[in-house]
Amino acid sequence: MTENKPSDLVKLNLRDAPEDDEGVVMEGMPHGNALGMRLHSSKDGVSRLSVPYNEMLVGDPETGVLHGGVITVLLDTACGSAIMSYPRKMRATATLDLRIDYMRPATKGETVFARAECYRMTRSVGFARAIAYHSNPDDPIAMGTGTFIIEPAKDDSAKDDAGKNGSAKNGSAKNETAPKEQGE
Amino acid sequence: MTKSDALARRETERDAVLLALTNQVPYNRFLGVQFDRLGDELTARLPYQEMHIGNPFLPAIHGGVTGAFLEITALTQLGWDMCWAIMEEGGDAADDLFAGTFPAMPKTIDITIDYLRSGRPRETYARANVQKAGRRVANLSVEAWQDNRDRPIAVLRGNFLMPGTS
Repeated sequence: MTENKPSDLVKLNLRDAPEDDEGVVMEGMPHGNALGMRLHSSKDGVSRLSVPYNEMLVGDPETGVLHGGVITVLLDTACGSAIMSYPRKMRATATLDLRIDYMRPATKGETVFARAECYRMTRSVGFARAIAYHSNPDDPIAMGTGTFIIEPAKDDSAKDDAGKNGSAKNGSAKNETAPKEQGE
Repeated sequence: MTKSDALARRETERDAVLLALTNQVPYNRFLGVQFDRLGDELTARLPYQEMHIGNPFLPAIHGGVTGAFLEITALTQLGWDMCWAIMEEGGDAADDLFAGTFPAMPKTIDITIDYLRSGRPRETYARANVQKAGRRVANLSVEAWQDNRDRPIAVLRGNFLMPGTS
């Protein structure tokens, strides 16, 4: 029996993107801003985000470890971003459910990255999974699985125009299919 | 000290322990989570702040914030139950609590959050139910609502590792 590595579960076709690229601040999302969350890439149903360490986000004052809630926000945003970047016209998405398994505490002082993949898209629902980690996705802090309700574009036929009208306010600087609204 | 003085003092101590338990976690202060208490029953409150918003177009509270609020409610409920037992027991452990020294807190193993309605830009409330308080693992469900208790916006189920085990 072969055991799947965590990274096998989420596409790693972002290897070309260096881990230390700065990414962009998610300006259109007030809570993303508050956390200093950064979007490194989001394309073809795969996204990569990060949250820098911040003492205000600590959950255990003894150890200085980040609160699980920060990981929840990061994985939810990463999955939503992967859904919105799936090559399909959609107006918005909202989280239907999210499950998170905490494998180990985050390390004090270190940035948390997340990779997410939309691994299945249907007409109404998108399925995504994500890994939170520091430097090695195979040594995960947490893994998440989410389902997202899809609001299709109002007029499917207006394909080209719809794409251009989408604002990149959600922080999708490198997006080809720009997330317009990531409804939560 | 009269009997009513002693009762009033006990209530003051309970409130102080709950406040210290909540505020010892920096992330709780960051989000602005507060707890109301009636006897041993807690209700969590998340007063609305603009920085909770995930989608400014609707606008809606970030689903991750709602999830984090539910997880905080669960963890605080478990911590509070431990503190309550210690206070009822009295003695040195209770004195430590009153002095602001808390025992180790439970840790999240896994959580599942179902989002039922979008969180509007207003105050959110939550209450936890301990389904099983095991020696090693506790299982909780938590429900969050806004104006209307009958219209929950999200529910959480989770397993938590109790301190003193590994």
